[in-house]
Amino acid sequence: MKIELTPKQRESRESFRAFAEREIAPHADQYDESEQIPSDLIEKLALQGYLGAVLPERNGGMGLDMITCGLLNEEVGRACSSVRSLLTVHGMVTLVLQRWGSAEQKETWLPQLASGARIAAFGLTEANVGSDAKSVETTATLSGNSYLLNGRKKWITFGQIADVFLIFAQSEGKPTAFLVERKTPGLVINPIRGMLGVRGSMLAELHLEDCCISRSNLVGQVNFGFSHVAATALDYGRYSVAWGCVGIGQACLEACLRYTNVRRQFGAFLREHQLIQQMLTEMITNVKAARLLCYQAGYLKDARDLRAITETSIAKYFASRMAFKAANDAVQIHGANGCSREYSVQRYLRDAKIMEIIEGSTQMQQINIARYACQEETSWQ
Amino acid sequence: MDEQKAKVRTFLSKHLRNHELSDEDDIFGLGFVNSLFAMQLVMFVEQEFGITIDNEDLDIENFRTVNTIVKLVEKKAATLAEA
Repeated sequence: MKIELTPKQRESRESFRAFAEREIAPHADQYDESEQIPSDLIEKLALQGYLGAVLPERNGGMGLDMITCGLLNEEVGRACSSVRSLLTVHGMVTLVLQRWGSAEQKETWLPQLASGARIAAFGLTEANVGSDAKSVETTATLSGNSYLLNGRKKWITFGQIADVFLIFAQSEGKPTAFLVERKTPGLVINPIRGMLGVRGSMLAELHLEDCCISRSNLVGQVNFGFSHVAATALDYGRYSVAWGCVGIGQACLEACLRYTNVRRQFGAFLREHQLIQQMLTEMITNVKAARLLCYQAGYLKDARDLRAITETSIAKYFASRMAFKAANDAVQIHGANGCSREYSVQRYLRDAKIMEIIEGSTQMQQINIARYACQEETSWQ
Repeated sequence: MDEQKAKVRTFLSKHLRNHELSDEDDIFGLGFVNSLFAMQLVMFVEQEFGITIDNEDLDIENFRTVNTIVKLVEKKAATLAEA
């Protein structure tokens, strides 16, 4: 066993970090405050190829292995969770099309999504449907060679700017996925503002009223929308979020190491106080542990190992809880400063809370991980 | 074919505890298939038999029994051999 990045992976990480430090981190608090990501940053992400990170080179992507893809999500997430969430949802839809799209869908969409010419968003959640995703209320009715979609989608990340949506609806009572372009008549997009965290992720509510799409926009097959299409997307989403959480934890740690080296109380630097040392130690250990779980999940994904799905859930579960604790302690260490806009740790805390809710809440991960362990009782280790 | 059936049966049996699985048993009807298992089944078939499950293969009938899974594997393998 050798847990070490290859020289190419190390080089990629340095390049991701340099980009994030230069183009994202200095502006992340502003994105949070203005609740938007500027289009020129998205163009820069596209130019780097990051929007096609998950796709093979034959589809116009970067062809990154899953570990390197994880490193990209960590470094972007360390700078700004909102920007990382663009990589997440765009990647989710892109991967779904590569995995379950028709030949025509692949030919039409993959090059455009890989290059960032078009932005994709994931439309599963509704006002009444979150964790119980199979029960979406949006309907799709086949009429001749078209589907008519009716319903409302809520909390759709980057819904404000996406060019195409992967929408989940019931077709004759069966969960099914469809591609819906922004320009489709009957699709109305309303921005959602004032969220607690990941405030730059440009959420939207989608109203679909007799939204007419071609039958060829069906993704996968009828009745496979949840079990295969959404499952493929969410598996990648959890992987991306898990790494993003490692990034949040790392950002918290670095902020605390900086602060405790300059802040003095009772005649000594904070770093010399043992109760501060305790929080730093917890943070250091937990960030490392979360990163190792992400490495494990990435390794299994690259190996196409059957355990990869659950190991990704475990990584997401641990990393999101870790990020929240690290951010909570980071604010505690920073005291009143940590509660002010002058320090980014307050943003990290608000963003980290969201991580425990999206792509399967902490409680859903607990249910799924325990079920899997019981199912695999004889081989679990 | 018998060897393929045995591999599929062994994989499915791990998940269908306390149930003696026959090659014609409907695994969906038995109520053991959740979304995680459905994805793992696709991954297993692809890995074990070196095929790719495509969009058009997503039909519950293809995954309903040991026999139908093996039939799908043989069909995909034959297409691969022709290519």
